[in-house]
Amino acid sequence: MKYLDEFRDQKLASPLLEELQRSVKKPFRIMEVCGTHTMSIFRSGLRSLLPEGLQLISGPGCPVCVTSASHIDAIIEMAEMEHTRIALFGDLFRVPGSKNISLAHASSQGANIDIVYSPMDCLELARAHLDDLIIFLGVGFETTTPGIAATIMAAKNNNINNFVVFSTHKVMPPPLIALLDDPELQIDGLLCPGHVSSIIGAGAYQPLVDKYKLSCVVGGFEASDILQALILLARQIEKGEPKVENAYTRAVGWEGNTRAAKMVNEIFQPTDMEWRGLGMLPESGLVIREKYEKYDAEKRLNITLKPAAEPKGCHCGEILKGKELPSQCPLYATRCTPANPIGPCMVSSEGTCAAFYKYGES
Amino acid sequence: MISSDKYVLLDHGSGGIASQELISGLFLKHLDNSILGSLEDSAVLPNQPGKLAFTTDSYVVDPLFFPGGDIGTLAVHGTINDLAMRGARPLCLSLGLILEEGFALDDLERIIISIAGCCKSAAVPVVTGDTKVVPKGKCDKIFINTSGIGFVAEDVSISSSMAREGDVILLSGSMGDHGITIMSRRAGLSLQGNLASDSNALHKLVELLLEKLPPGSLHTMRDPTRGGVATSLNEIAAASELMVEINDQDIPVHQEVRAACEIMGLDPLYLANEGKCLVLVDKEYATDALQLMQSTAVGKEAAVIGKLVSGEPGQVVLKTTIGGSRIITPLHGEPLPRIC
Repeated sequence: MKYLDEFRDQKLASPLLEELQRSVKKPFRIMEVCGTHTMSIFRSGLRSLLPEGLQLISGPGCPVCVTSASHIDAIIEMAEMEHTRIALFGDLFRVPGSKNISLAHASSQGANIDIVYSPMDCLELARAHLDDLIIFLGVGFETTTPGIAATIMAAKNNNINNFVVFSTHKVMPPPLIALLDDPELQIDGLLCPGHVSSIIGAGAYQPLVDKYKLSCVVGGFEASDILQALILLARQIEKGEPKVENAYTRAVGWEGNTRAAKMVNEIFQPTDMEWRGLGMLPESGLVIREKYEKYDAEKRLNITLKPAAEPKGCHCGEILKGKELPSQCPLYATRCTPANPIGPCMVSSEGTCAAFYKYGES
Repeated sequence: MISSDKYVLLDHGSGGIASQELISGLFLKHLDNSILGSLEDSAVLPNQPGKLAFTTDSYVVDPLFFPGGDIGTLAVHGTINDLAMRGARPLCLSLGLILEEGFALDDLERIIISIAGCCKSAAVPVVTGDTKVVPKGKCDKIFINTSGIGFVAEDVSISSSMAREGDVILLSGSMGDHGITIMSRRAGLSLQGNLASDSNALHKLVELLLEKLPPGSLHTMRDPTRGGVATSLNEIAAASELMVEINDQDIPVHQEVRAACEIMGLDPLYLANEGKCLVLVDKEYATDALQLMQSTAVGKEAAVIGKLVSGEPGQVVLKTTIGGSRIITPLHGEPLPRIC
């Protein structure tokens, strides 16, 4: 099995689609938390096939989108320092801060920026540039954090001293609770993020079922995976029996990846963190523990986060909360486009606005 | 250890004796033909019947060498293909080099040998050239410009605006090979499989189509280089003011390209191709065109991928493998690897 073709096959998807049509008996709203779900639904063409009555709302599961302007400003400040090299995953490259400057602009003015595929690449960079401080931009949810924790451990074990991480890492359950506490938000179920769940376990959503009586199904990312998860959600909602179900059993268990969780816990501890559009959420981010503070960019470079205003007219916050569609933002597709993004929802490859724009919803 | 004769020096670009030695000892050694060898200020060429076609392109690829080719291969094929895409028979090329001081002469020779080999296979010579050397740090090793001239028969008119409703869209072979080879090399990913650039000259395939298909049945051709098939199709849709409909499952993509794209979070539709072309032909002759393409070495994996229809003008719609649809927009910037 190659895991690509099988789950995208029409022979598998067609009967699932028919079953979904049958299962949606009344209108309901599902929040698809994860940016990759938003993208996959568009990319596979599923968006064009969903039954009327099934409304999908994109949630805050796009780590780049929820990186606050004040974090971006701090990143630009570091990029402009002497003897630094900023290493990052590609998505963050074009996100603008409060002065509309992004790392792409900083790069054009001589900042050293390295786009990496793996955080471990930073250790190679550190060895190759002994006079520079390699600053890795830690952005991501539970899926990504274990890799960064492992890299910090590897740096320690290999005595690499010119490597630090600027952690804006966040954890998933707090923003969901913040959203669900908002009485204005009306949703009937959650399509839970597949890869985050492989780390935190399907069991992590049980508190949401208990407190909010919300149907929660963990879904994978291929067309058939998403269809299966939506069918299970539709059936739960129809019966009025909310529970946690795991439709991504090939990658997700109830307990999650305890080894990864332990590694993260060794390096990081919870902290309050600002989320673009959602404000400061308690215990929603991760900060490097004192024991490993020599790998913490904020401590090493004395960075203080300064409050920064979100760009004027930008509705990323409302879109991330699932309260608005991109088309309801006055800047969408007019002043804010992938070529000239104003807010991160447009520039991140998983951003709701980017997905809508790229896959042609106006 | 610094050696006296292994690297490009500023002197090599000054026009003096060092330049002459580079020209005769390296360039003419491999690129020799009577026109280039005469070392005049310009190449004066005999006229040919038809309309004159003229194109130019610059090549700055990094890395310089990769499976399936190098910067020299691209420089020859790319410019030949731009001529071929208008139905022109390529006549000759110019070769302009900008070299960074300190660039290894061995690498330069390797590239020139590559250029010479491609020119010989294609039967399109370099007839005029230029070399400049800039101080270290002022350019990245080597930048190449090639310009090309060719002739289009009087009764041949091929352009995006000639595309007609009902035209069938063919792609001459697998998509994304060049782009993914370069991206994965740059990322330092050592991927197994046969990832290699598809760099190739298409003028003989085009000649065959023009020869065998009825006049006026071949409407448009495009080579989907930077921006990939997605961007080229958008250009065609915009120029013709029609809608493009393509089918995901009909587009040939090699398994290793698909897998590498999945790992890196890239979409093959947006990756560069350096030896492929999109061909739009009157639907009555689509089968003939396909068979002709498949009979050539460069076109053996050719496939029908879609058609031009009336609909939202300028839009490109892809029918997905599960029967849904999505709109394909043009590429906005550099493809960047995704986070999670």
